[in-house]
Amino acid sequence: MDTLHLSRHISSQFNEEIEQIRNHVMAMGGLVEQQLHQALQAIANADSDKAQRVIDNDRQVNDWELKIDHECTRIIAKRQPAASDLRLVMTILKTIADLERIGDETRRIAKVALESFNTEQQDLLVNLDNLGRHVWQMLHDVLDAFARMDIEAALSVYKEDKRVDREYEAITRQLMTYMIEDPRSIPKVMNVLWSARSLERIGDRCKNLSEYIIYLVKGKVVRHSNESELERNARS
Amino acid sequence: MQSKLVVDNFSLWFSQQQVLDRIALQIPANRVTALIGPSGCGKSSLLRAMNRMNELMLECRSEGDVQLDGQSIYRVDTDLARLRCRVGMVFQKPNPFPKSVYDNVAFGLRLQGERSHRRLDEQVESALKQVGLWSEVKQRLHQTALSLSTGQQQRLVIARAIALQPEVLLLDEPASALDPISTLKIEELIYELKASYTVVIVTHNMQQAARISDFTAFLNQGRLVEWGETHTIFTQPTSQHTEDYITGRFG
Repeated sequence: MDTLHLSRHISSQFNEEIEQIRNHVMAMGGLVEQQLHQALQAIANADSDKAQRVIDNDRQVNDWELKIDHECTRIIAKRQPAASDLRLVMTILKTIADLERIGDETRRIAKVALESFNTEQQDLLVNLDNLGRHVWQMLHDVLDAFARMDIEAALSVYKEDKRVDREYEAITRQLMTYMIEDPRSIPKVMNVLWSARSLERIGDRCKNLSEYIIYLVKGKVVRHSNESELERNARS
Repeated sequence: MQSKLVVDNFSLWFSQQQVLDRIALQIPANRVTALIGPSGCGKSSLLRAMNRMNELMLECRSEGDVQLDGQSIYRVDTDLARLRCRVGMVFQKPNPFPKSVYDNVAFGLRLQGERSHRRLDEQVESALKQVGLWSEVKQRLHQTALSLSTGQQQRLVIARAIALQPEVLLLDEPASALDPISTLKIEELIYELKASYTVVIVTHNMQQAARISDFTAFLNQGRLVEWGETHTIFTQPTSQHTEDYITGRFG
């Protein structure tokens, strides 16, 4: 997909640079997606080895951020990009910052899997897993929307965030009830709560990513606007 | 915003060939407007239409109108010498006369009948100061202008144009023959000049247009494709043609 004709520069070298940087963003996105998937699996299966691997691999995510950051700087210095090229570079810079933060949240989630939970507390983790799958799907979809520069897909990710917020609220209520009933469980339950919070934050960041895609394709800044404004701008 | 020049449905032909096709464009006062477009798109012809320089070419014919402060410059009774004093022009290659630095700047003033040495001195100094050349040449005002560097010569030519206190300055790729430092000096000069003058600049250098202009007009094949505020043109142009041109894509 090349909605923005990114491969039609007269300079083939510039085309290659842009192609490469987009591939790197996809590779970074793929890694973050995989990290989140494994962190969720580690919690579900109480697999502390896997959790530790997720924690260790976060360094790779950080390395990607630095590498792509550097590539963006080089394109700005060498090419002085304008219009859609400029928007692409700006979008990538913002996208990788959010992806890196998603990586950090994922590491926090993985830390929960290092803890041991008794059978009763396992129930709490089931809800966390549902929220996790939901958020993971959002991340998957928004990366897909970025690759295809698909406004409609970006919009549906944007809308999905509200549902994630509602699920998060439900989990919070449930965990609070649990803590009231059994104060001894508070330290463990707090960890689950923090994980739910991290997942909710990942949802917010996926929403950011969808806004950047609309900016990239349409040239309209839609951050901090309400849903109907955003939809109007995206579809105009 | 007040328009200094209004190009009204202007078309231009050289012999049988049409070079401008119904251009409608407003040049805001005390702002820098950049004309960009591929070679042969008509941007220099449009620039020259603003002080009727095209008529120096043979077999030139035009339709439509250009107004300066609301007055048509294409009326038969227009005083062309007066028009070109009000709308001054600087070309791509610096073209100082083979005379002294002083005489170059004083040339137009003398042509206008200025005889007072004191007033000539004042105006020459003022023009050279405006272009930032005074400190560099004040010791050699009476040496030939051809001894100056190309960058200095270009600023001298701009001084010659502004000594006549024009209202509009037309610049046809004024920095294309200059090194980066001289280019930046010219760009800085243009930025300063817009406080007193309305500037229209033709440039092939996209970044230069982006840096120095407030408004940008993109021309292609004699037509005005898009016109708007420079920051809009360079971040989210409306037309795919403009986008392709400023980002260096195949159109």
